[in-house]
Amino acid sequence: MTPRETETVVSAAAGTNEGNQELRSRSELTAKEVMREVGAVLRMSEADAALLAEVEADPGEDQTMIINMGPQHPSTHGVLRLMLELKGETVLRCKPIIGYLHTGMEKTGESLTFMQGGTNVTRMDYLSPLNSELVFSMATEKLLGIDGEIPERAVWIRMLMSELNRMSSHLLFMATNGMDIGAVSMMLYGWREREVVLRFFQKVTGLRMNHNYIRPGGVATDLPAGWRDDVMSILDMLPDRLGEYDVLMTNQPIWRERLQGVGVITQAEAIALGATGPILRSTGLAWDLRRDMPYMHYDQLEFDVIVGSYGDAFDRYAIRLNEIRESMRIVRQILDRVPRGDFRIQDKKVTPPPRARIDESMEALIHHFKIFTEGFKVPEGEVYVAIESPRGEVGCYIASDGSPTPYRMHVRAPSFVNVQALPHMMRGGLVADAVAVISSVDPVLGEVDR
Amino acid sequence: MSTHDPVTSATLHGCLLGDSRGQAVLFVPKSSYVSTMKKLVDDGFEMCADLTAVDFLTHAARSLPESIQPERFEIVVNLLSLSKRERLRVRVQVGESDPQINSLFDLYPGTEAMEREVFDMFGISFTGHPDLTRILMPEDWQGHPLRKDYAQGRIPVQFKGAAS
Repeated sequence: MTPRETETVVSAAAGTNEGNQELRSRSELTAKEVMREVGAVLRMSEADAALLAEVEADPGEDQTMIINMGPQHPSTHGVLRLMLELKGETVLRCKPIIGYLHTGMEKTGESLTFMQGGTNVTRMDYLSPLNSELVFSMATEKLLGIDGEIPERAVWIRMLMSELNRMSSHLLFMATNGMDIGAVSMMLYGWREREVVLRFFQKVTGLRMNHNYIRPGGVATDLPAGWRDDVMSILDMLPDRLGEYDVLMTNQPIWRERLQGVGVITQAEAIALGATGPILRSTGLAWDLRRDMPYMHYDQLEFDVIVGSYGDAFDRYAIRLNEIRESMRIVRQILDRVPRGDFRIQDKKVTPPPRARIDESMEALIHHFKIFTEGFKVPEGEVYVAIESPRGEVGCYIASDGSPTPYRMHVRAPSFVNVQALPHMMRGGLVADAVAVISSVDPVLGEVDR
Repeated sequence: MSTHDPVTSATLHGCLLGDSRGQAVLFVPKSSYVSTMKKLVDDGFEMCADLTAVDFLTHAARSLPESIQPERFEIVVNLLSLSKRERLRVRVQVGESDPQINSLFDLYPGTEAMEREVFDMFGISFTGHPDLTRILMPEDWQGHPLRKDYAQGRIPVQFKGAAS
């Protein structure tokens, strides 16, 4: 490498120049492109579009400024980078630039067996790993044709873990949202409550995060002795703490001032952009896959779908707070209904023999070895399975060619889609509210970039 | 479970309607891609949940309805109807020699980022897309990582005492 080449490599590595991916200055754009960027594409009436154009009435290059927010910024929840065009303190345009955490997980997924795949997908949405594992397992089971044969106990354990995970994820949202808005003590409380849930996860799965607990065919291990008491203690502890959150934030005028009317998105916009989860529900549309397209046994449970009415950051905060309460209600019902039985399917094809059998049977040892080294073959075909994660619809598309590894494994990440709604929420708002808006979307960058 | 052949009798908007593990799959020719999607919007599929692609370079002999000519790439669009609580998957064959297809941006603005991801990962370009740039990989990256002829990255391992 010549010295000159070294120099260019170093300068490229030091900067964060993303070339055409970045927000271009207004002078480089045609009026039509500006209109597209600010959302004129959302099938709005011509009168609305004209109104929009009026507000934008060409501020002139010298009066606006493009600034970077992130990728290294404490409120960007990882490595999200936003480029904002400002006029004074008003955000005119915004563009999220992502990919700083891209590790090629979908490519990696093509070389891991269906057995190992869980370790990969669990690292995508690292705040709700169990939901990612669940959707991957459900897609694999559908391909195998065993989706109706999963033992009842395994299904109820999955639901229990999924709901507890929803609670831990939303509790962390409470913490980070509080911190982003300036309620710093809230951060400590949110992490503290989440830790209690994670401690239960650790007891069940052995790990606080990235569990690889839900696997094709069932779950990895049975629940430990005394799990009911552990869950009950979480359920006893939380209501008071959530009441404290209400005192600290919900009913507090500063908090309301800071969030109400900030980052508004309309229902039409949310649907057109494919936004799901609390963002879609904040616009007043009661859409929750658990209720509207039930999977597992959610149709047997009683719970409410929480909706907002203004589509603003406060609605999204309140929805998540109350979803913790609904999840607690669901967990209470699950506690009474977990039946006895197998925790994984007794199908020798997908389930390795138990440890005790290996000591006494050569065939079991060989079977165990084969299933862990080669994995199990999954029939050719393709499926898309979606469930409701704390952030919205997480979907898994798997195309199989009949081998033990997925031919193509794609995860429809709710954060990836939801982040694209940021420009619409930010437009016309203040730059000081940008942090509140990012926070209210609750993106997990591991999932955005995969 | 035997290998699953998509049912080929039903049609919707002149396209073959198949069934994959109980999920509705519509095989749309590339030429009528956007016009068919437009009809599907009118049918009540308000939301485009997901848009992705598959590179069938090493698995060309996949099971497809007889009248569908398999091509190297396949665009897979998962539509969702909030009003009817239904899903529909659209599969479009895209040839290797001409890896381009019309953009759905005007129908579903949310596909903007998804199409960029497919462009980035598979090198399929979308005609009419407002901002077709890489999204996950760096701007100066060579190649399209999710193509099957793109090797996985690996770090050479130095074994102790190995020659060379």
